[in-house]
Amino acid sequence: MGLIFSPGFFHSSPVLVAIVVGAVVAVVSAVVGVFTVTRGLSFAGHSLADLGAAGGSGAFLLGVNQLWGFVAIAAAAAGAIELIGIGSTRGRDLATGIVLGAGLGVAALFLYLDTTFSNTTGASITILFGSIFTLQSSLVPVMVLLGALSVAIVLTLYRPLLFSALSPDMATARGVPVRAVGVAYLAALALAVSLSAMTVGAVLSTALLIGPAACALRLTRRPGVALLLAAAVGMLSVWLSVLLAYDSYYWPPGHRGWPVSFFVVLLIFLSYLLTQLRPRGWAAWQLARGGSNPPRLTDR
Amino acid sequence: MFSGFMTNTWAAATIVALVAGVVGFFTVMRGAAFVAHAVPNGAFAGGAAASLLGLNPILGLGVFALLGSLGISWLGRRGRHDVVTALALVMMLGLGALFLSMSQEYASQTFSLLFGEVVGVSSAELLPILALGVVCVAAVMWFFRPLTLSSVMPEVAEARGVRASRMEASFLVILALATTMTVPVVGAFLMFSLTVAPAAAARSLTARPMAALGLSIGIAMVIVWCAIALSYLCNWPIGFFVGVLGAGAYGLARSWALYRLRRAVPHRLSPLPSLSAH
Amino acid sequence: MTVSSGGDEEILRLEGVSAWLGGRQVLDQVSFALQGGEVTGLIGSNGAGKTTIFRVILGLQPTTSGRVWLEGRPGPGRRPIIGYVPQNVPIDPDLPLRARDVIGLGLDGHRLGFPLPSALRRRAVDEMLRAVDAERFAEARVGRLSGGEQRRVLIAHALISRPRLLLLDEPLINLDIRSEHEVVELLARIAREQQIGILISAHDMNPLIPVMDRIVYIAAGRAASGTTDEVVRTEVLSKLYGRQVDVIRVRDRVLVIAGSDEELTDDHEHAHAVADSGLV
Repeated sequence: MGLIFSPGFFHSSPVLVAIVVGAVVAVVSAVVGVFTVTRGLSFAGHSLADLGAAGGSGAFLLGVNQLWGFVAIAAAAAGAIELIGIGSTRGRDLATGIVLGAGLGVAALFLYLDTTFSNTTGASITILFGSIFTLQSSLVPVMVLLGALSVAIVLTLYRPLLFSALSPDMATARGVPVRAVGVAYLAALALAVSLSAMTVGAVLSTALLIGPAACALRLTRRPGVALLLAAAVGMLSVWLSVLLAYDSYYWPPGHRGWPVSFFVVLLIFLSYLLTQLRPRGWAAWQLARGGSNPPRLTDR
Repeated sequence: MFSGFMTNTWAAATIVALVAGVVGFFTVMRGAAFVAHAVPNGAFAGGAAASLLGLNPILGLGVFALLGSLGISWLGRRGRHDVVTALALVMMLGLGALFLSMSQEYASQTFSLLFGEVVGVSSAELLPILALGVVCVAAVMWFFRPLTLSSVMPEVAEARGVRASRMEASFLVILALATTMTVPVVGAFLMFSLTVAPAAAARSLTARPMAALGLSIGIAMVIVWCAIALSYLCNWPIGFFVGVLGAGAYGLARSWALYRLRRAVPHRLSPLPSLSAH
Repeated sequence: MTVSSGGDEEILRLEGVSAWLGGRQVLDQVSFALQGGEVTGLIGSNGAGKTTIFRVILGLQPTTSGRVWLEGRPGPGRRPIIGYVPQNVPIDPDLPLRARDVIGLGLDGHRLGFPLPSALRRRAVDEMLRAVDAERFAEARVGRLSGGEQRRVLIAHALISRPRLLLLDEPLINLDIRSEHEVVELLARIAREQQIGILISAHDMNPLIPVMDRIVYIAAGRAASGTTDEVVRTEVLSKLYGRQVDVIRVRDRVLVIAGSDEELTDDHEHAHAVADSGLV
């Protein structure tokens, strides 16, 4: 037991905070992420996260906690994406990318100013790559609340979200306010991205958003099951990462520990690769269950 | 600002802008904005690894950029393109974070690799940058016509013997090479901006391909030169100017295109000709 | 083609509807009516205004003149419930929805929250699956089904809420001949059994002739309605188009041939119909 759980693991307060917050963040990201992937908004989700870096570093400059910076910028960027969003996917990706570029440029400026004015060099790392072990415990209730809000939005809009993902035209004809649903979803996305930016960093939060969701979508055809699976994959990845990062303090080099966010990304990436290698038996079984027509192997 | 170590920077920047403009032209045409964002992030990991091991950063950048772009291409054939790109992107960034955490100069290294530094181009790096630049431009000229055809009308290209997979691989390799030489100057995060924004702006301004290509290069050059000058003068990171100027150029181009469109639409309504009752 | 049986209730009526889109007049004084239990074909080439008419009925397109009545009450609007299957429904292959989930959304997709498992709901979905002969692939991911199968699932989705009016925008596009037959037969059967008024738009009337009770022929924003025999005649269509148009019947196929300097679309489509029928 001592080999897996390095001494002091269960008594360490930062670790416990990391486990609680990590679980919340993983679940929120996974739930929001399922709809992100199915609506083809992976790039938008990633851009929101990167833009959050500008918000976080700006907040740091102002002496405010990064969380509020992340939230403010993510919300604004989500609004901008909504405005630009009507049009072809290509045009939207392009516009999103350019806004992203400008945002990263601003982040560069803020981070530079952070280091010059406050004489700390840690700002970049914290904002870009996360700080799950150094979260103030006073922030935990707020984060849990915001996470609950994000999940509540998605679960309340469960049916209209699925319907408008199937066909916005049919949903409109049936009376679903497709645009309003989209805006509410983007708000949930902004919250989810901000929360995971706090834990694994702005630039890596995409892993928690997209990865577990993508795994779940490969494994199941049912929407409810997809949400549960994604949440499970996300939570397990985060918990395992916290454990590994804690243990890594005893590893080379330098005994400073490996970053948690690295483990999170690695585990999620490996999970995704695993779901890609489906044994032949599985595919045949799915075929038998799914009907006589073989599923088309569309390569994307 | 035009003497000493700055000459290296000006020289490198000029060829970087040329390559970025050219590669950006195809990136926008192929709708590959996300990939163009992901590959430089892969290079970031390589730069971090190289600095950890004490090697020439260009080497690290190049190896990882190539691995990254070809990895995305290989994985992309088995899974969703956008998901694969996103996950590969963060995986490489995560690796970069790991390598940097192991080195002594974590923060400053991170910053300059991601956001670029005006003084970042040493003489040792200049020659490889120039060489890579020449190779990139030559490769694009070589592949220009089949790549264009394959990007715009893949089925027709296939019928003519131009395999889409070959063109995709070639494009990604060129992108990786372009990344390798651009990241030292403008940083991993902002190379994407320099690649995509001028080309997107050019597309809004003209429909003629050669003119768009030329504009793309021209706008990239102007952006880079302004960014270097401004960065030198007030010490703010070069990436900031590249990002903001790029977005500004795109915004201006789009507005102008919209304005031209509005003026061209006729104001008169055209009713259907009336017929005798049926 | 039979005389409308039973349910002679008028489901839909348009009178003198005109509409403009982007500075161009798209519809000019369009009038026609639909009875329950009847299949009506809305025939016209691309750009003639078929989709616009659907949007007017659904209340998504403002009109500059004319009225719309739904079941005798002034529309436009979604009461009574109108089933609608749009032309192009691109479905992501990874979308986590099975065929039965899509049909279930037809029942309550517009409500908030998520569906609680209920035997009643499951029975309704099963019944629809049977009605469109989709039981075979009920559990399959809807994005992986073939075009014809997806179409049937979407029709079931539109029908499960028991609409009185069903609108289908070009449901036969991109279907092979066999799927075409199946969908057409299915729609005719549904119209009869459930006494629904069905309005199908198409650019080629030939696959629909066996089941069409009524036709609304639309050209250049204007419409002529009646039975096929009444409407598809040289004089009527020539007046509609505003130029000389010839109607030729070859066995049970109809050809509408425009003269010189006309829209080539009609020529091509109907020439294809002749070639397909193996007559030439």
